[in-house]
Amino acid sequence: MSVDDLHVEFDTYGGIVKAVRGVSFHVRAGKTLAIVGESGCGKSVTVQSIMGLIPMPPGRITRGTAMLEGIDIIGRQIINGQDIRGDRVGMIFQDPMSSLNPTMRVGDQIAETLQVHRGYTHKQAIARAVDLLGETRIPEPAKRAQQYPFAFSGGMLQRAMIAMAIACEPSVLIADEPTTAIDVTTQAQILDLLLDLQRKTGVAVVLITHNLGVVARMADDVAVMYAGKIVEKGSAEDIFYRASHPYTLGLQGAMPSNDQEREQGLQPIEGTPPDMFDPPKGCAYYARCPYAMRLCAQNHPERFALNPHHYANCWIHHERAPRGLAPQLFRGETA
Amino acid sequence: MSAVIEARNVTKHFEVGRKHVVHAVDDVSLTVHEQEILGLVGESGSGKSTLGKVLVGLHEKTGGEVFFKGEKLPQRYASADFQRYASRMQMIFQDPYSSLDPRMTVGEIIGEGLRLHSDARTIPTRERISEWLCRVGLEPDHASRYPHEFSGGQRQRVGIARALIMEPEFVVCDEPISALDVSVQAQVVRLLGELKSSLGLTMLFIAHDLSMVRYVSDRMAVMYQGSLVEIGTADDVFFRPKHPYTKILIGSNPVPDPKSERQRRALSIKGEIASPINIGAGCRYADRCADVMEVCRSVTPPLLPVSDATGERTVACHLYE
Repeated sequence: MSVDDLHVEFDTYGGIVKAVRGVSFHVRAGKTLAIVGESGCGKSVTVQSIMGLIPMPPGRITRGTAMLEGIDIIGRQIINGQDIRGDRVGMIFQDPMSSLNPTMRVGDQIAETLQVHRGYTHKQAIARAVDLLGETRIPEPAKRAQQYPFAFSGGMLQRAMIAMAIACEPSVLIADEPTTAIDVTTQAQILDLLLDLQRKTGVAVVLITHNLGVVARMADDVAVMYAGKIVEKGSAEDIFYRASHPYTLGLQGAMPSNDQEREQGLQPIEGTPPDMFDPPKGCAYYARCPYAMRLCAQNHPERFALNPHHYANCWIHHERAPRGLAPQLFRGETA
Repeated sequence: MSAVIEARNVTKHFEVGRKHVVHAVDDVSLTVHEQEILGLVGESGSGKSTLGKVLVGLHEKTGGEVFFKGEKLPQRYASADFQRYASRMQMIFQDPYSSLDPRMTVGEIIGEGLRLHSDARTIPTRERISEWLCRVGLEPDHASRYPHEFSGGQRQRVGIARALIMEPEFVVCDEPISALDVSVQAQVVRLLGELKSSLGLTMLFIAHDLSMVRYVSDRMAVMYQGSLVEIGTADDVFFRPKHPYTKILIGSNPVPDPKSERQRRALSIKGEIASPINIGAGCRYADRCADVMEVCRSVTPPLLPVSDATGERTVACHLYE
């Protein structure tokens, strides 16, 4: 799947919120792309607009394409008579408790997907649903399929949701903060399950999270979002060991390091994200950036490629930027 | 170091229905020393918040005793007891949205404790509020605004100012950063650290983010299903865990480093957490433990000092007896 130049706006009483302002990425089969950023940076809106889950109005996709297997899926949910949602693209939501129907048996909810998309009979679909629950390592799947969501723990509900998302063997799986509401021990179980399923089925995963530990565990590629834009993108190694955008560095500094030797203080990112009613004219990170230059306030930073797969949108990589500024930032091999 | 809070065999049970009892906190003994931050970690449902509330008297105790600077606290607080202890013990709550009264201005919220608990006529309350707003990184003129005008991080600062303006001798922070964004978490944690060194605070810091707790605390305590399983210095517990549950808990915590994460083999906990209703004897972790022995299922392991640990460390596990 590849997304190109996506723009999403919302009409509100206060004016137009430009939630996503030109996001492009692609994810290959069997690989995981993690989208990282703070709340309100537009990461959820990005994937929801791909899935057609943005209520319109007030939402509006003003520009952009999302190509899935050669077809643009933005704005059209029915392709060749089939709804791509839940079929070619599966989605896992953050809060499993409120994402499942409390008045339907879990097995029936999974079976419904198969009946709608694959034309299974109810009986066939239920049998497959029980298999799927087994594949997502729910003990006693036949018994569990007969139960309602309230009888499941948070971790088991998330497994049931994964079972539902992979029921139609989608080529892309979107996981929107799948473990944010879950304890660390259960989180480890769910992440292992996702890795396992990916190895078996070769599904491409788009993982949205703000936990850099989860990113390190899961991601092949990472896109860092800030104020509706991708500010840096590269492989997991690029982002973690060769961070090239001050915001990426800021996020890393704000997390406690688990290295006992390297005892350094937490470096919070001061200030708050910009007002999206009126996004800044220049770089959105200008107000919080410790390395901000005069030019950053007025001009959108260009994209600077550091290697063929790694780029950062920051003026600091311009040839005329002072060399001594921000020594921790990776400047590319030639710099 | 003298103990500020000492809990001895504290137990808190909730009755559900006629015959069922939830063992939220069972026979927990711990001490918080002066000017120390004790981190308390555990999964949701492990009883850590309940223990925090029991310590400051928001829940009555089913059994056991709590001593505050050597003085035994009542088993159940009457309103006079709240009046007496509220200025000395405070709590910072998890949810910065529901813990502030939406119909009070921030100034009223922060000043309420002073108004109720001190001789307000002799103290220039308004100046104190402005001073505290500055101290937690807000502006003095924010006092006239309402909570809905603030972001989550700012509200949490209001919650901190409300608790600390009383200059308490002991503070329970119940997941003060869980609801906040990563960058804001660091701001709040640094603020707490600064206030600790300038005011000499004694704190119980409850959280489930292990790396953050290690960063914040002097010592760390681990709870599982209402019982305390391990307690020691934060670095010892984090880097050299002893109890099988602590090992799994810390091993499950992903670190922001792709190289070590990819090399790490899957270390997942087995099974689901058991129901906390009507728990019998034996170790509560026995059913999920990889090193379970015969004795674990019948005898509850006591919390005992472990000899080979550096510094003080106690573990409740039959493996180390």
